[in-house]
Order: sequence, then structure tokens, then C-alpha cells
Amino acid sequence: MEHKLSFKEYNEALKQNKLLGLKCKQCGTVTVPPRIACSECTSTDLDVTELSGKGKVQTFTTVFVVPEGRESECPYVIVIVELDEGPWLMGNLTGIDPKAVTMDIMGKRVKMGHAVFPGDKYSAGDEARPLFSLEG
Amino acid sequence: MRKVAVVGVGMTKFSGKQDKTAVELFAEAAMDAINESNLKPKDIQALFMGNALGDFAEGQAQPQAFAADYIGASNIPANKYENACASSSAAFRDAFMWVASGFYDIVMAGGAETAAKMGTPLATRTFAMASDSRYEFPSGITFPGVFALITHLYAKKYGIPLEKLKHQMALVSVNSHYYGARNPKAQFQKEITVDDVLKGFMVCQPLQLYDCCPFSDGGSAVILASEEKAKKLTNKPVYVVGVGQASAGNLLSQKEYLPRLRSRELAAEQAYKMAGLSPKDIDVIELHDCFSTATIVALDSLGFFEYGKSGEAVEKGETKLGGKIPVNPSGGLKSKGHPIGATGTAQIYEIVKQLRGECGERQVEGAKTGMTDTLGGDGGTLCNIILKRGW
Repeated sequence: MEHKLSFKEYNEALKQNKLLGLKCKQCGTVTVPPRIACSECTSTDLDVTELSGKGKVQTFTTVFVVPEGRESECPYVIVIVELDEGPWLMGNLTGIDPKAVTMDIMGKRVKMGHAVFPGDKYSAGDEARPLFSLEG
Repeated sequence: MRKVAVVGVGMTKFSGKQDKTAVELFAEAAMDAINESNLKPKDIQALFMGNALGDFAEGQAQPQAFAADYIGASNIPANKYENACASSSAAFRDAFMWVASGFYDIVMAGGAETAAKMGTPLATRTFAMASDSRYEFPSGITFPGVFALITHLYAKKYGIPLEKLKHQMALVSVNSHYYGARNPKAQFQKEITVDDVLKGFMVCQPLQLYDCCPFSDGGSAVILASEEKAKKLTNKPVYVVGVGQASAGNLLSQKEYLPRLRSRELAAEQAYKMAGLSPKDIDVIELHDCFSTATIVALDSLGFFEYGKSGEAVEKGETKLGGKIPVNPSGGLKSKGHPIGATGTAQIYEIVKQLRGECGERQVEGAKTGMTDTLGGDGGTLCNIILKRGW
């Protein structure tokens, strides 16, 4: 069975600052990151859709002990954002001092840009991720 | 389905970096388990071994084949289980099912890991491989990072001020070290204070050093036998009365449940139902305290306390010996250590020793029924096992 939206297609779009997801033609749920079946009803009757990349911070952490190869990024903030279309997405938060982030960030509105992890000897190539910043 | 018992257990001392390979560590534990079971290596019909990161730590894939040969159980079927930190619990559950089905009579389950050998940067990288490499790792997620995200969600969902939650978490670590100091097999045999925890360096906000389990080297092994065989081998068979296992996708896919882990609730429900037991029937639990918050989240989901109230229960001493549910008398992952492939069957080791009354200063008096809880990844694998005295 063919993928409606593969990792490669999702990744290439994100590198162009476009966030692609899947809208279910049966139940209307938006699925992102992509899966082969709707995250709600498991239908495979899906359309590729472009998402706003806007939403609210659900939770965060600032990472001080980093994986091998990520030393130059330390410290960095990871956020999980609930997109306006419903799904949760993981990314980094920029435009703020990582050491100054507190739980007050939770619930704040953010918009999406992107950054690319160039990959390391263990990964299967480069991988983009959302780079969020506070709205307004 | 036949009744199945654990008839022998073994584990190495858990430690930081040392010179033995995973196969050597496994073999030490395995021979202790074989000797305790009054068996010979050739009596073992199959091996189910947990090992998650041997490829990276030692350049060693399929250690289970070499382990079987090394201990003298040559040529038996040997399978490796890679379920991240829950590897040997998944191995144990499958071993149980094969014996219960009647296909085998005597099977070894266990695991080994040399995670400390990798050093912190590589270990942090390879542990993160158990998160989603496409949609989580590009953001730089780490395992403390996962539980840091969950900690903030937990504080917000249940309206617990972070400072108060951090104090409860610190008490979890203090308890772990208290018991670890009484376990000769523990990596850290040293008590700590709440102050020590709150002064530790920040790993992933809000988790500090002592909120986190260490990287560890170690091995563990147990032998499962059919009831008929078990009765001939030991007068203290420990029966496997309930097992459960469930999986989940990446953290993002768990949005409807977090900070609860759905895979735990499903696995625990299976284990309780199979055993015909409920949380109030459990006398002692070894649960997956990879991070201090993880204990609090687990106690909620396993049904020991109301959601959001497990931290208060820790404050009241209800998770200590003599409390409502003694938690991790071994010292847990935090203090005993967490050589990930060995962790699940090391939890079984502790529960079997507790049910046999062999734990000295850290003994839960009169324990008849015990439980284990092992988490792999960010909810990707969850196993629960319930064990009961057979005498």
C-alpha cells in the first residue's frame, strides 16, 4: 500500500517551512506527524493538507546534558506544541534565553519555523524539525 | 495453560563502567540461577535474553547465541529481546508463555547491558534511539528530556506547584538510596538527603542529577519451569500469576493520555485480571523509577493511589517498608542501577528474593505477592508481572 505522505515528503516540505499533515476524509481528524492510517479512526482515506504551524505550548524542558554530536546546541529548549488543527508536535523553541524558560511558557501561543538536524553516523540522513517562536 | 514458576534467580552486582563484557555479566547471573535451581546448563531448553545496545557498547550483535554457548547450554534456541529498558521483562513474559503453553518445560530469561561502558555522551545518544528517530530525536530529545516534559505536564494537570512536586520527587530518590544502601548488589550504596537532590546539577529542567538513574553495567537471569518440574526442583517455587504487556507510539501520539502512560494502564489491567488480583493485594513492587517523576506517574497508573496523589503518598511514607505499598526495596533503577537489558529480570530477582524472605534489612515482612513494572522508551513498551509465593 502506498503512503499518502512519507517521512521523506514531510521532511522535504518542512525544510521549505511547510508543515504537511493528513486530513481524514472519513472523520475529519488531522494526523501529523504522518502515519499510514488516521490517528483517530485508522481510515486510510486521507488527503495531504498544509497546516498553519501555529499552536500552544503544552510542555517544555531545557536540555543541559546532550547526546553525542549535539554539544554545540547545548543548552536548548524542547517544546511539545498543540497545533491549532489538534495534533501535538515536538520541536525546539528559539528567540528566548533557554535558561530563563519556566512553566509560564506553557499555554503561550507560538508560530513555526524550522531547523535541520544534519544527521550523524547513526541517522538515516538529515531530519528537519519545527523551530517554534513566541507569537506577536 | 499450565502454571509456571520461577525456580532460580541470579544477578551480578550492578556497577558503573567495568571490564566484563555483556556475555560475561550475563553468564555470572545465569550460572547463579542455574545452580540455585539445582539444574545443569544442558537442562535449559531455550534462552530469551534482553540486550538493547550491545551493538554500540561492544560491537556485539546477537549476544544471546554466544551467551548460551558460553554457559554450556550450547545449541539451544536463543532469542534476543530489544524493548529498550523493558527488554528482559518482554523476554520473561515470552519465556512464561512458552512454558505455560507446554512447548518447553525449562527456559531461561534474563539480560545484560554494558551501558556505562559507553560513557555519558554516547549512552545519551543511544538511549535516545528508543524515541522516534524521525519526529523526536531531531529536536534533541533525551531520556531525561522525556520525563522532564512529563514532569511539567504532571505539575500542570494536577495543579501541584513545581516546587512541591520537586520535593516529592526528591523524597523518591532519597528512599531509593536508603534501600540501595542496604542492597549489596546496588551500584550506589550510599544514603542521600533531599538537600543533595535539590543541589544537583541540572540535567533536563526540572530534573537534576539525583532525579535520574545512572548508566550501568550488569546482568540478571531467572529460570522458569512448569509446575510439575518446579515441584521437583525447589520447595519454594514462585508462581507467575499475571503478565501484561502493551505498546505505544511516540509521545506525540499519546496526547490524549499524557502524563498518564496508556501502555502501563493496559499492561497492568491485563496482569491484574489474569491474576484475579487488584492493587490492594500487592505486598511489594519493583517499578520503573528511571527518573524520580517516573515513580509518581507509575504509582498513579498502577492503581495504588488516586491520580495526582502519589507524590503526597511518598511524603507520608506510604511507599516505604511498612507503608501501604513498599516500592523498590532493591534501591530501584535509581540506586541499584539500570543496565537496561538486565533491568526487568533484576526486578523479578528482587521480588523472588522478597517472597522467599531473603532480603535482610530491606525485607518486606511477610510478602506473599509481588509485582514488577518495566517501561521501555517513552511508553513504547510496558510490561507488568505479578508473582506469588507457592508455599
